[in-house]
Amino acid sequence: MGKMASGRKRLAVFKFASCDGCQLTLLDCEDELLALAGTVEIAHFTEATRTSLPGPYDLALVEGSITTAEDAERIRRVRADSRFLVVLGACATAGGIQALRDFGDVREFTEAVYARPEYISTLERSTPIADHVPVDFELRGCPIDRGQLLEVVTAYLAGRKPRIPDRSVCFECKARGTVCVTVADGTPCLGPVTHAGCGAICPAFRRGCYGCFGPVRDPNTAAQIRLLRTQGESPEQIARVFRTFNAASPAFRAAARSLEEEEEGGHDASS
Amino acid sequence: MTHRHERTLRVGSLARVEGEGAMHIRLDKGGRVEQARLEIYEPPRFFEAFLRGRAHTEAPDITARVCGICPVAYQISACRAMEDACGVTVDGQLAELRRLLYCGEWIESHALHVHLLHAPDFLGYASGIEMARDHRADVERGLEIKKVGNALMALVGGRAIHPVNVRLGGFHRVPTRRELTRFAPELRRALDLALRTVIWVAGFDFPDVEARHRLVAVDAGDRYPIDGGTRIGTDAGYGFWTSHFEDYVFERQVPHSTALYAELADGSTYLTGPLARYSLHSATLSEQAATAARAAGLGAECRNPFRSIVVRAVETVYALEEALRIIEAYEPPDRAWVAVPPRAGRGTGVSEAPRGLLYHRYDLAADGTVHQARIVPPTSQNQAAIEAELCALVEAHRDLDDAALTELCEQAIRNFDPCISCSAHFLDLHLERS
Repeated sequence: MGKMASGRKRLAVFKFASCDGCQLTLLDCEDELLALAGTVEIAHFTEATRTSLPGPYDLALVEGSITTAEDAERIRRVRADSRFLVVLGACATAGGIQALRDFGDVREFTEAVYARPEYISTLERSTPIADHVPVDFELRGCPIDRGQLLEVVTAYLAGRKPRIPDRSVCFECKARGTVCVTVADGTPCLGPVTHAGCGAICPAFRRGCYGCFGPVRDPNTAAQIRLLRTQGESPEQIARVFRTFNAASPAFRAAARSLEEEEEGGHDASS
Repeated sequence: MTHRHERTLRVGSLARVEGEGAMHIRLDKGGRVEQARLEIYEPPRFFEAFLRGRAHTEAPDITARVCGICPVAYQISACRAMEDACGVTVDGQLAELRRLLYCGEWIESHALHVHLLHAPDFLGYASGIEMARDHRADVERGLEIKKVGNALMALVGGRAIHPVNVRLGGFHRVPTRRELTRFAPELRRALDLALRTVIWVAGFDFPDVEARHRLVAVDAGDRYPIDGGTRIGTDAGYGFWTSHFEDYVFERQVPHSTALYAELADGSTYLTGPLARYSLHSATLSEQAATAARAAGLGAECRNPFRSIVVRAVETVYALEEALRIIEAYEPPDRAWVAVPPRAGRGTGVSEAPRGLLYHRYDLAADGTVHQARIVPPTSQNQAAIEAELCALVEAHRDLDDAALTELCEQAIRNFDPCISCSAHFLDLHLERS
């Protein structure tokens, strides 16, 4: 299905609410881009080409979250046109930073930013693609990692499962030989609860992980919160760090909420 | 060809620009342009709203996510504004490292736009990838230059998109001298390639157009403006302090559009970006960049938006030379950052994103909590001028058929390297998409 007379597989790239950074990652594959373009037919990729061909597509890469009723319809059409649907980045997998609207009043947000709020049509929540249509693979990151993107694209075009390890950033620090910033410097770090994939860049720059790849599977956020508090972080600071680029992911949402509830209850769990 | 009826030129989804935009132009029976719109339908993301209540230290990482194409511009404008609010100046080698990181973003963004997004217009292809079938060496050269820009951002900032190493006051970790000098051969190789690109693009055919708008750019004294400054200059002979930006630049709502238009206090439209920087500051270019500009036929000023591709190529040469100069003179500072203790007050910051001036303003509480944030990105400043250019272009070329005229208009929009992902968050939206 979906092959042209040339027999090449058909690739499409779509954007929803996002910063463009994840699809830019495809153009950042400078060494592989022309070879890839020779192997597949790029049927739709607005950032790169005026050519826009209708489906079906063998592989659709989708960046961004769903924030308008129109986009909720559009993603259904993309799904119907695509054999495999791979979603890219924190917006598409967790609602992105724009999901911070979930914790405020979107009407008030609109009035704060726009002079004529009546022109703005937007949903109350920013939601990941998987809330709307079945998704074949979720690639994490804000932004995604270039090497992982190539692995996922190659795997789906070859008809195999992508090899993307589901483990925490701590594994990557060990693999690259970075001294633990929490142990050595007492630096607050979300590495133990954050999904790997970036290559543990922040600790290599003597900075704690700030969770831009979102939660690892079954993260122990309660233990992480206890550790951050012993390092002197306030509940507000900890809640904010969970509530940034993957704020609406279930694990990080619950972690921030638990701190909020504790504040509201007037208790101090560490006392 | 005569047209006895009204004509409409429409592109529902502009290609080879960052973000989601459309173009809509309507001509009356006499061939006069009734309306020329660059429409923004990118969904809003509300950065200015949810920055409220966040810590002052969070602004660089959060605002980077406005735009994956120019995250360094957001990080540096945010840092400058927060440091201004807190009365801190970052100078010396830390400031040089910021400029070095910013050079990486210019190299990457300009190489992408020149070779993959803009050049296909001049040579008649739908994309850079398609163009590579006939012009493989040119596209590969562009990708090589782009890759060096990305590598420079990864070296100084940790990664190319949303770098992790920038913080208020400086960096989390500064590179060693050896880490930087080891990279110099890559930059020298890219410089040779970039000089070839200037010659390549100088040979394109350019319509004879002159944009009659005010030009506005950061004034960094004897340096070509990149990483910002405290003064902003215009081609009208006057300048103003960054802290007075909102006294000189107004946003106005016009009846025929739902977008807000930035204009100067005297009511004139203006352009920010390569044409403005070059025309106001070409005298501060480095030697090879200045020589390349002259050889490419540029004078001291350039007001032809179609030639902006030549200016971008020259600026790429400059950014590579500047990166080499900074690396050559680099001495690691004793500390990776200076402290930026919060205090109540207002701070402003500007820097030159590849596509133009980016302004941030923050109002802080005594503990550093953000009370109010305002961001004015380059494309919303350029929008009124872009639409005026579309009007002039359509009236000058009304004899072309619809397809040819539409294509010329699309090219005219790409002349400004619009970053719609950025501007969408700050403009009113026009959501009709039919």
